[in-house]
Amino acid sequence: MPKSSRRHEILAKRNVHKDTYIEEWPDAGLIMIDSPADPQPGLKLDEEKRIIELDGRPIAAFDMMDHFITRYGIDTAVAEEAMNIASENYARMLVDIHVSREEIARLIKGITPAKLVDIMRHLNVVEMMMALQKMRVRKTPANQAHVTNCKEHPALLAADAAEAAVRGFAEEETTVAVSRSAPFNALSILVGSQAGCGGVLTQCAVEEDMSLKMAMKGLTSYAETLSVYGTDDTFIDGDDTPWSKAFLASSYASRGIKVRFTSGTGSEALMGHAEGKSMLYLEARCLMTIRGSGSQGVQNGSISCIALPASLPAGVKGVLAENLLATMLDLEVASGNDAMASHSDIRKTAKLMLQMLPGTDFVTSGYSAMTRKDNLFGGGNFDVEDIDDWTIIQRDMQVDGGIIPVNNEDLVAARERGAKAIQAVYAGFGFPPISDEEVEAAVYGHDSEDMPDRRKSEDLAAAEDFLHGPDTVVQVIKILAQQGFTEVATRLLEMQKLRLRGDHLQPSAIVSDTFEVISAVNDPNDYAGPGTGYRLSGARWEALKNIPTAQRPESMVQPDDFDSKSFDMPSKGVALPGTSEKEVVIAVGPAFGTQITETLSGISHVDVLNQICQGIEAEGYTPRVVKIYRTSDCGSIGWHGAQMSGSGIGIGLQSKGTILITRKGLNPLNNLELFGMSPNLTPDSYSMIGQNSARYAKGTSVSPVPSAIDNMARLKFIVKTTLMHRKETSCVRLDAPARELEIEHGR
Amino acid sequence: MADKICSTEKDQHCDGNQNEGNGVREITLDGVLSGEISSADIRISPDALHNQSVIADQANRSALADNLRRAAELTNVPNEEILSIYNALRPHRSTRVELDEICNRLETEYGATTTAQFIRDAIIIYEQKGLIRRR
Repeated sequence: MPKSSRRHEILAKRNVHKDTYIEEWPDAGLIMIDSPADPQPGLKLDEEKRIIELDGRPIAAFDMMDHFITRYGIDTAVAEEAMNIASENYARMLVDIHVSREEIARLIKGITPAKLVDIMRHLNVVEMMMALQKMRVRKTPANQAHVTNCKEHPALLAADAAEAAVRGFAEEETTVAVSRSAPFNALSILVGSQAGCGGVLTQCAVEEDMSLKMAMKGLTSYAETLSVYGTDDTFIDGDDTPWSKAFLASSYASRGIKVRFTSGTGSEALMGHAEGKSMLYLEARCLMTIRGSGSQGVQNGSISCIALPASLPAGVKGVLAENLLATMLDLEVASGNDAMASHSDIRKTAKLMLQMLPGTDFVTSGYSAMTRKDNLFGGGNFDVEDIDDWTIIQRDMQVDGGIIPVNNEDLVAARERGAKAIQAVYAGFGFPPISDEEVEAAVYGHDSEDMPDRRKSEDLAAAEDFLHGPDTVVQVIKILAQQGFTEVATRLLEMQKLRLRGDHLQPSAIVSDTFEVISAVNDPNDYAGPGTGYRLSGARWEALKNIPTAQRPESMVQPDDFDSKSFDMPSKGVALPGTSEKEVVIAVGPAFGTQITETLSGISHVDVLNQICQGIEAEGYTPRVVKIYRTSDCGSIGWHGAQMSGSGIGIGLQSKGTILITRKGLNPLNNLELFGMSPNLTPDSYSMIGQNSARYAKGTSVSPVPSAIDNMARLKFIVKTTLMHRKETSCVRLDAPARELEIEHGR
Repeated sequence: MADKICSTEKDQHCDGNQNEGNGVREITLDGVLSGEISSADIRISPDALHNQSVIADQANRSALADNLRRAAELTNVPNEEILSIYNALRPHRSTRVELDEICNRLETEYGATTTAQFIRDAIIIYEQKGLIRRR
């Protein structure tokens, strides 16, 4: 083996190399697009417009999914027209602002799975993002949260649900560590979320039977556990058929529950039944099955399998393609970004941009509202510790990723409302009580480690009784009202009342904090190029840009009151050119020691001057301090100093601490030594600079003063630098002569 | 969505306070507290689901509309029966006779003809693909 370099060894340890990468292997379905076994697009109808051949497969050879797709998933009225349009033309229509979303959606209803994939072949990622921006069904983007914890602690669930609600998540999803906990977990996030903010849709991801039972009790308002797979064998391994799933969807709707299906690339290969087909082709089949089932939407984008497509070439692009396909099929899309996609923050964030920048109905299918280790979905690709990064990225790009920045006070208040409300509900039902200590821990804690342990067996027994007993959400509302939680009770009731109309069953429904349904019907995506579609502006932009850590720049440096402050160092009058060859002039900026009294990194101006003077004196030279008023530029300050220096050596010193040594005769942009990054300078540095200036005056050989290299200094200080320099510049008086300062007073 | 069924702004709001099956009844917190309102009063009605299916059809979403029509039929099917039909439709769970019985019952007991037809379509494919339980 060739010897490897130290650099190679360091690179090999990077987080990105903890991810696995593989070459394509079509036989195993380990290929994103264009497997040799993928069919070519094609559709044949008989005289009665029945489909007799789908993507090259005759009806006699149809598998279960082909039958379902041809019967329910393809609009034969438009099929002929739609299949006759070249895939390349569809690709162009997707990015053509003159072709409407509606027109594309109308045609796409008549095409086949292989045709869908063929269209994707013609698009690069940027074009796919443009298409996603145009094709998503709801105009306003949103986001969904995961709310779980390892202990399944109800107070912590409720507190986190409340926090997630005030952070703006439109949907919250919980799940279980122990399946019997489901009714209590669902209850905790239901109560917690509404205590946080009205209008949040909630669900508990468990086995279908249990999920339906909870929906029927009114403990959940949506479901997305209806998984679909792209081959018959995988489907049946999942213990369902397209018809059983479709029946389930109708069942949920019959109880007024919003339903979203789940699919995603990679699941078929993972389950060993990919039939040698590409991931994207199988996903196209899933999506057409989902549309045919009458689902309003889907969560896809590989979801829990994400690391599998991400191991392949163009895998992440393919995941974007599957999100796009869902929107083209007129489905709401909750676009993944939930399960761990990479060890590398850079790689994860790059992937996120594909969905966040165009905007989707739900940018993630579950943003972890708590820490990753408390995430029972195996999720947490982005967790609560990343949430300020998220909101700042939104602010950077003026993009709505569905999360509102909230200050600590409001978060704590929301957590308290959530934890206290669930405490009251538990007390009202006579469930194992939640103590005040548990509430306190939930309000001020971070994760389940902060929570006292509960008697799990008692909680589970009570949860089972509740599930099988007669009480429903109506009893929950009653208890909340009786215990004085009128607002939370009212919000829960308003959520129940959505069912009377059922508007939330339309595609991509979310509910505002005033309980108005916002969906593809009353908020359709009308993107048609620049100036149209969703624009982050007005009150929403104000809310998203106002992160709690944004400072008022006016208050970051001392106030502008330079007229009222007296000089620390009295002036000896107008400075005149010196005659002594043994002097060095220290020329300071117009705000030095007066309007500004310390450098950028906090060294007082008195100390700075003392250090420089000591350095000069150590070489047997005499310092003079001269204040320059006609400029704030460091080079010019130094230049003016040098003109007045008997030795010809001048030091230019700005109030922020930037310093240089120059010599009479050099122009203002030239110098002997320049220290542009003042935060890198210590008091010793200033002393050595003084010493060096004197050595230049002597004419002895001089080694430049070393200064530390900190490439983060500019990043850390540029805002303050700007503000300090602005202040110094505001003190410039073009007609004011330089003045000689009394050194002793400054020392 | 609401604007397509209701003619006025006022209708949209008053509609939301109706239980369309049992005539007008205000759904209020006081009603819940007094015990006048039960969970039966805040169920979705077949009419509401039909209205939504019309909206879906108008938006060229026929599959969603069909789903909502099936849902309208299922509103009267009890929870336990819904769960048992769902489980019966899972692969290899039911004999042909059992599935036929489900269809008949949906039609005769609940007038759920669309849903019954949907399941009959499934039965044909289940038979072809060996998804029927033999006995």
